[in-house]
Amino acid sequence: MSARITLATAGRVLTQLRRDRRTAAMLLLVPGLLMVLLRYVFHDAPQTFDRIGLPLLGVFPFVTMFLVTSVAMLRERTSGTLERLLTTPLHKLDLLLGYGIAFAVAAALQAAVATAVAYGLLGLDTQGPPSLVVGIAIANAVLGMALGLFVSAFARSEFQAVQFMPAVVLPQVLLCGLLTPREDMVNWLRAASDVLPMTYAVDALTEIGTHAEVTGALIRDTVVVAGAAAGFLVLGAATLRRRTG
Amino acid sequence: MGASAVSVGGLVVTRGGREVLHGLDCGVRTATVTGLLGPSGSGKTTLLRAIVGVQKIRAGVVTVLGHPAGAPDLRHRVGYVTQAPSVYGDLTVRENARYLAAVCGVPPAAADAAVADVGLRERADQLVASLSSGERARASLACALLAGPELLVLDEPTVGLDPVLREDLWGRFHALAAAGTTLIVSSHVMDEAARCDRLLLLRDGRLVADDTPAALRRRTGTDDLEQAFLRLIRVGSREVA
Repeated sequence: MSARITLATAGRVLTQLRRDRRTAAMLLLVPGLLMVLLRYVFHDAPQTFDRIGLPLLGVFPFVTMFLVTSVAMLRERTSGTLERLLTTPLHKLDLLLGYGIAFAVAAALQAAVATAVAYGLLGLDTQGPPSLVVGIAIANAVLGMALGLFVSAFARSEFQAVQFMPAVVLPQVLLCGLLTPREDMVNWLRAASDVLPMTYAVDALTEIGTHAEVTGALIRDTVVVAGAAAGFLVLGAATLRRRTG
Repeated sequence: MGASAVSVGGLVVTRGGREVLHGLDCGVRTATVTGLLGPSGSGKTTLLRAIVGVQKIRAGVVTVLGHPAGAPDLRHRVGYVTQAPSVYGDLTVRENARYLAAVCGVPPAAADAAVADVGLRERADQLVASLSSGERARASLACALLAGPELLVLDEPTVGLDPVLREDLWGRFHALAAAGTTLIVSSHVMDEAARCDRLLLLRDGRLVADDTPAALRRRTGTDDLEQAFLRLIRVGSREVA
């Protein structure tokens, strides 16, 4: 492990993101615009916007970072750049943490824009401060990135990588309590919901919505999200093989 | 006879359920340019991957600079250029080289020097995706040269290059060897074979020749290396049949 290599990798990934102007613009602006759309969908029910809009501030970075990372890592695998990097002094964790730092920076910018739009323009109302919302959004983005990195090992093409989005991400969105309260779910769905990491990110955001101070539940949820992200990074590292057939 | 930079003993590799290398033995001497030649599908890339340590092997021993191939100690000392240029298309030539320099722990100036060495100084700030295929191959080569490795493994580095650039690069390969670097270069261009100090000829995963160009010409009774190879390969086929 080397801080020099990790930071060089993060800088390289950010340069690549910046270079692709259209991706960078969509990454920064789409979540904010979706919040505007959502606000007007619930034109007559601002409480519903508060209830659904808040968790979505955590869901957007998860989904975008999942997609961007799984395609970026698949490119590294198929273009030979990964194979070359693994013949250099680069440690696998240098690569993974480099990606993690780069996408955390991108997620911070994205969440800052979406949160500013939601609170400033659309009148989102929560008990806790917006800064905590941005913090959870970043943690959730790193979780999405770690998961995307892991599943990219199971994709042979970019078509397959993109298909993992509905397969891996959508069930978590359906079961995280956003559409129906988790208490009302049938037992086996509730049990599935309990083991999916997105549930805890949405729960953390709901805590921020209903409590002005940092609660024990918020801390527990954040630890679960961060722990799941770390776990998937380790699993992702296991899929980076220096020797292949 | 110089010391051995690479020695391969009893190397067996299977890929996709098919045995690609069948108990290969060969060696590469320090500070020489060794050409690895053979028809397409003969196992050249697989052998190079085994030497670099990225290939799973079934049996055998591959020793590189005194260590097992792929050992962590070797990652500072071996440079590898894959057949398809392994550079980032959405970065400039300079950004690619400087990233690899940071990874290898050499100063940015070494990256710029390597870019100039492969003749891409004027293209340094151009995105790799906008380069011609030959320029991309050279950008990839620059990334392997910049750390000054003791062993350079190059898989078809001159494909798509014009004759002037090929001449330049071969001049550079010999200069590197004269300065103590060991080079293994795979190729299927016969006029390049003549420029190697020593040749390894592979056919169907077996070594059919390990000799100098001059000795191969003598052994096959022809001055034309292309004819020499064809004879060796046909003799090999008859022995198997």
